[in-house]
Amino acid sequence: MQISLTINGKSHSNDIEPRMSLVHYLREVMDLTGTHVGCDTSGCGACTITLDGNAVKSCTLLAVQADGCEIMTIEGMANGEQMHPIQEAFKENHGLQCGFCTPGMVMTAVDILKSNPNPTEEEIRHGLEGNFCRCTGYHNIVKSIQQAAEQLNS
Amino acid sequence: MGNFIGKSVKRREDARFLRGAGRYTDDIKLPKMTQAAFVRSPYAHAKVLNIDISEAQKADGVVAIYTGQDGCGAYGVPCGWQVNFKNGDTMREPVHPLLAKDKIRHLGEAVAIVVAETLELARDAAELVEVDYEELPAVTDPKKAMEPSAPLVHEEWGDNAAFDWCIGNDRTEVEAALASAHHVTEMEYRNHRVAPNAMEPRSYIADYDINAGKWTLYTSTQNPHLIRLLLCAFVLGIPEHKVRVVSYDVGGGFGSKIYHYTEEALLTWISKEIGRPVKWTSDRSEAFLTDAHGRDHVVHSKMGFDKDGKIVAHLTDEYCAMGAYLSTFAPAVPTYLHGTLFQGVYTTPLIHLNVVAPFTHTVVVDAYRGAGRPEATYLLERIISKAAKEMKMDPADIRFKNFIPPFDGIDEPGYQTQVALQYDSGNYEGVLKRGLEMLGYEDFRKEQTKARKNGKLLGVGISTYIEGCGIAPSAVVGSLGARAGLFEVGHVRVQPTGKVQVFTGTHSHGQGHETVFAQFVADKLGIPMDDIEIEHGDTDQVAFGMGTYGSRSLAVGGSAIIKSVEKVLEKGAKIAAHKLEAAEKDLEYAEGKWTVKGTDKSISFGDVSLTAYVPHDYPEGLEPGLDFSSFYDPSNFTYPFGTHIAVVEVDKDTGKVDLQRFIACDDVGNVMNPMIVDGQIQGGVVQGVGQALLEEVVYDDSGQMITGSYMDYAMPRADDVPMIETDRTVTPCPHNPLGVKGAGEAGAIGSTPAVVNAVVDALSHLGVTDIQMPVTPQRVWKAMQN
Ligand code: FES
Ligand code: FES
Repeated sequence: MQISLTINGKSHSNDIEPRMSLVHYLREVMDLTGTHVGCDTSGCGACTITLDGNAVKSCTLLAVQADGCEIMTIEGMANGEQMHPIQEAFKENHGLQCGFCTPGMVMTAVDILKSNPNPTEEEIRHGLEGNFCRCTGYHNIVKSIQQAAEQLNS
Repeated sequence: MGNFIGKSVKRREDARFLRGAGRYTDDIKLPKMTQAAFVRSPYAHAKVLNIDISEAQKADGVVAIYTGQDGCGAYGVPCGWQVNFKNGDTMREPVHPLLAKDKIRHLGEAVAIVVAETLELARDAAELVEVDYEELPAVTDPKKAMEPSAPLVHEEWGDNAAFDWCIGNDRTEVEAALASAHHVTEMEYRNHRVAPNAMEPRSYIADYDINAGKWTLYTSTQNPHLIRLLLCAFVLGIPEHKVRVVSYDVGGGFGSKIYHYTEEALLTWISKEIGRPVKWTSDRSEAFLTDAHGRDHVVHSKMGFDKDGKIVAHLTDEYCAMGAYLSTFAPAVPTYLHGTLFQGVYTTPLIHLNVVAPFTHTVVVDAYRGAGRPEATYLLERIISKAAKEMKMDPADIRFKNFIPPFDGIDEPGYQTQVALQYDSGNYEGVLKRGLEMLGYEDFRKEQTKARKNGKLLGVGISTYIEGCGIAPSAVVGSLGARAGLFEVGHVRVQPTGKVQVFTGTHSHGQGHETVFAQFVADKLGIPMDDIEIEHGDTDQVAFGMGTYGSRSLAVGGSAIIKSVEKVLEKGAKIAAHKLEAAEKDLEYAEGKWTVKGTDKSISFGDVSLTAYVPHDYPEGLEPGLDFSSFYDPSNFTYPFGTHIAVVEVDKDTGKVDLQRFIACDDVGNVMNPMIVDGQIQGGVVQGVGQALLEEVVYDDSGQMITGSYMDYAMPRADDVPMIETDRTVTPCPHNPLGVKGAGEAGAIGSTPAVVNAVVDALSHLGVTDIQMPVTPQRVWKAMQN
């Protein structure tokens, strides 16, 4: 099946198998391996990307469902050398250790801050509910998102 | 403190991770790479009657299919630690085959592997493999596994024990002391089974180069050299110099990626058979079924006290599951990493532990963050808190009463325990005092009394732990059954321009070695961090190493690097003396240059480096170059310790436990990077909280796993935990050059009993004295009703 979509600001057209998942398409066809796979039951959030601006788990969608959509993956967050304020905040606050959950966390943070530019700690924790991190205990991820919010609002 | 040591330097590795440019194994694609899928047993215990691959072979894109009847069936993975029976009989060590032949011993054991052009095609074809099984009764509980009627995991030995073992004082002496004790506190419980759940599932790619006769194995491992050694010398019998093991970025390990897994060896074997690279990445369901689990001890314990609350004796019997086979470190976990910590931080004069380690029809159990030490800490910290309640003492007071007094281990030897170890240095009352201060203990007790009057269930739990880290002095572990040395290698290569490459045999899978190791090397050499690169994870680059686990990387790996740095400076001084026409003893080294004391004559590190590689005007007889490798074998373990305190509120209608505060005051010796140490503690604490409140691997009686996905296995999510309040005391390790003790496991060791103690405290006025982990709402609710 033919799909056309925009990924990180560039248009792409591909002929793909209808049963291919979106995350598989991103990783295997587009070589965008920053989006990770941590489970097979939509439970971990490692595969989170934004689709038309909203965070979605790319393992739960078929690539064909993204036809005509605009996708942003972790690879599209930085502006050349310049990292996005959310990425900067994760670095500044040690919001990552092994880095495996990190792309999903950052993309979820985009969504959290889009709908709520001044989230409380509780709202951030609630917003991260769909994303596992096994390394950080979430403490520094929450702090990162708090700092990113301040940064983006200033 | 130098320019970098002790500072929260931001991590260099973050840039690639934050840009989605990490290099995890599954991200690697090789030309002509094939993909593998497994056929795994749906039964825990069964005979394999027949495997029919004929339909699968005809499927699209299939490259090859192998079963245990093929050549790979001749191989098995070894165990790295031998713990014999206490009567001297040899540990029972079954063959752990790469693919099951005629017998299945745990759910998910692999019976066939299908290799195809794509993953989808491999999975499609795997579905066409027909296996006839005859299901047999299974046993999954370690205590039941020792009953005479229990189904046998390995028939040849007549019962399921892999070994039984004891440590400490003479049992009869301990029993006698208990019989005459003023008070005896008793506990029976299960330190239940958990799944490590590193977020990156295991992944391997094997690639055989027919022209060079050389294999490359890309693997998500914590210890590439150990995997190479096991693969070459103990499994496939292939030449070690023809094998390269690469482990770039690894998405968490927590112990589960230490071991040499069957899939690694099988893929390596297949890559030569098919002459093409082959990849396999576990999915999460397979991870639950095949990654080594942690804990699973059935415990019966008695602790005796005198009338002042001083411990007089401690006796424990445990059944500790090994699973269906013996994983790489498995026998060491409930023995030398567990029984040796039964002294805890207390002066207990008489201790005896007996461990029976049975095979069970489950996946293997091995080290999981803390490995044996969390289980020891859970026992000691629960039972002493339970005793305090029974004896109407304050849980902090009973601890102060029993602490080993502070010692720095510098002029006097450390503290000799009843269970083989000698602690290096410690100040256990210091961390408890600080922890209580952080909480505001007295105010909390007042608040608790008030809350109770208002019908609120508020509780506080204390845990004061110690752990043995910096694994490990080779001769000591050798005498205890380890089949490997546990030294570390640090290689410092100074280039002609004075830039430095450091090669370490430890491995970073989240710990931040690329940053921390560069910090102390920069300080020792007096050069900028930017001039230093840390390399790890490739056996062709790094001479040798034993990997990362047991909080060893800095204490052992860092010490090896320091040794090489010292050799660089020693040789550099000879070159500098020659160039400065001074005597070596008249030189001092600081801020990246050698200076003739009392003069302004100096030469920089960069100039000396260049001279070493352009040795025209050079000391006679001295070799060119500035490149040193060192092996460091520690003289002792290191012993971090700390106090963890949890505050919980229990919902009296639903039994749900709300963790309101968590306080951790840890002492990990000197700290290189406080930000990273705090991060390690926070993460470890939440893993320990996970075991206390949420996580449990449950097998039913037939050996089916009923918690095999994130739908059923509850791990802590962001809204299950509060911010973690951390602080530190600093008691340096007296026997390694950086004075460090290790911080990777502490969080997971201290936290679990603190949480359960808090829940019991919250419910104690209702008559609750103990509660089984994980403390689910259902368990709490039931306990409240009784
Ligand atoms: S991979 Fe786990 S939610 Fe998508
Ligand atoms: S940083 Fe490792 S899983 Fe989050």
